[in-house]
Amino acid sequence: MRGLNGDARAYHLFLKDLSAYLRAFLRRRLAQLPDDVEDLVQESLLAVHNQRHTYDSSLPLTAWVHAIARYKLVDLMRRRAIRDQITEPLDEQDEVFATTDTDAADARRDIGKLLEALPARQRLPIVHMKLQGLSVVETARLTGLSESAVKIGVHRGLKALAAKVRGHT
Amino acid sequence: MKTEDLVTMLATGTGAIDSHAVVRRFIAAGGVGMLGAAALMIVLLGTRHDMIQAMTLPMFWVKLGYVACLAAAGMVALVRLSRPGLTMGRAALGLAAPVIAIWLVGGVELAASGAADRADLLFGKTWRSCPLLIALLAIPAFITCFWAVRGLAPTRLRLAGGAAGFASGAIAAVVYSMHCPEMGAPFIGVWYLLGMLVPAAVGALLGPRLLRW
Repeated sequence: MRGLNGDARAYHLFLKDLSAYLRAFLRRRLAQLPDDVEDLVQESLLAVHNQRHTYDSSLPLTAWVHAIARYKLVDLMRRRAIRDQITEPLDEQDEVFATTDTDAADARRDIGKLLEALPARQRLPIVHMKLQGLSVVETARLTGLSESAVKIGVHRGLKALAAKVRGHT
Repeated sequence: MKTEDLVTMLATGTGAIDSHAVVRRFIAAGGVGMLGAAALMIVLLGTRHDMIQAMTLPMFWVKLGYVACLAAAGMVALVRLSRPGLTMGRAALGLAAPVIAIWLVGGVELAASGAADRADLLFGKTWRSCPLLIALLAIPAFITCFWAVRGLAPTRLRLAGGAAGFASGAIAAVVYSMHCPEMGAPFIGVWYLLGMLVPAAVGALLGPRLLRW
């Protein structure tokens, strides 16, 4: 409480205790993804800090903290689900992304041909992210598109490619 | 970054927190939204020409009270939903009570009138335009309410979006009641409510997209 009133040392202590508490809280709920626990602890701490003006001091602190942590947990799950959706079509198209050397060369030529048929806002994100292995942020900076536009471009582009391949064979 | 470093970083250079900031934010949002709706109405529609006369009738104040109660309850619900871990609580009761009250009054009015007057009480002369105009006037408050919630931490995004939409609709209905010539309780109970539910539905649709944090 004193931390919210501007007492930096009390606030520091509070955040320290809170991070231990959050770690226990999230580890219990995220048993299958232990690598993400610490990320989520930090994310929740940041949210608690940024949203500390939404805490009503007449109400229990734990309910407020739990609600924030749970919200961040659900948010992470949702993001993971979306990411899995984006990457899934790649794994399914084994015949395009062949594994042997000669096949790979053929495949690259084929992909080039297929990609040319896509509009730039879908083609560039795929080239940068999926063929050159850049991150979303880097791709966004290179292409001048927003991050969500990059993600959408990859998603829609891969879908269109998959549809094309299915049509060809 | 290590969590301990993050804690240290967050804890340095923080000032005291204004515990009334949330409520003040919503008063500003509601006020600006209402002014926007009033400006929009004066430009597009004008106030009703028999305004002074109408203010002497009890039904005018019943109508105003009905929408004002809904606007207040909507804002309370919105403030609660913008804080993590709170439900609508008694604000839900505050939303239901005016509606039930106006339906009761409307039911009595319908029962007391002859068959010929009933359609007139329910549909008035403006039932086609009324919900649409309320939804139109709700646009400024819709924007300001969403702005207010976006700076806070709603954890139920769809519900919070719906509440923001409904509150903006109720604010618009308060303003619209200065224009609307209808005086039948059944009319108010149906078409006003419909006009408020349009922005509420839009808000519920947009909430998960616009209110993430």
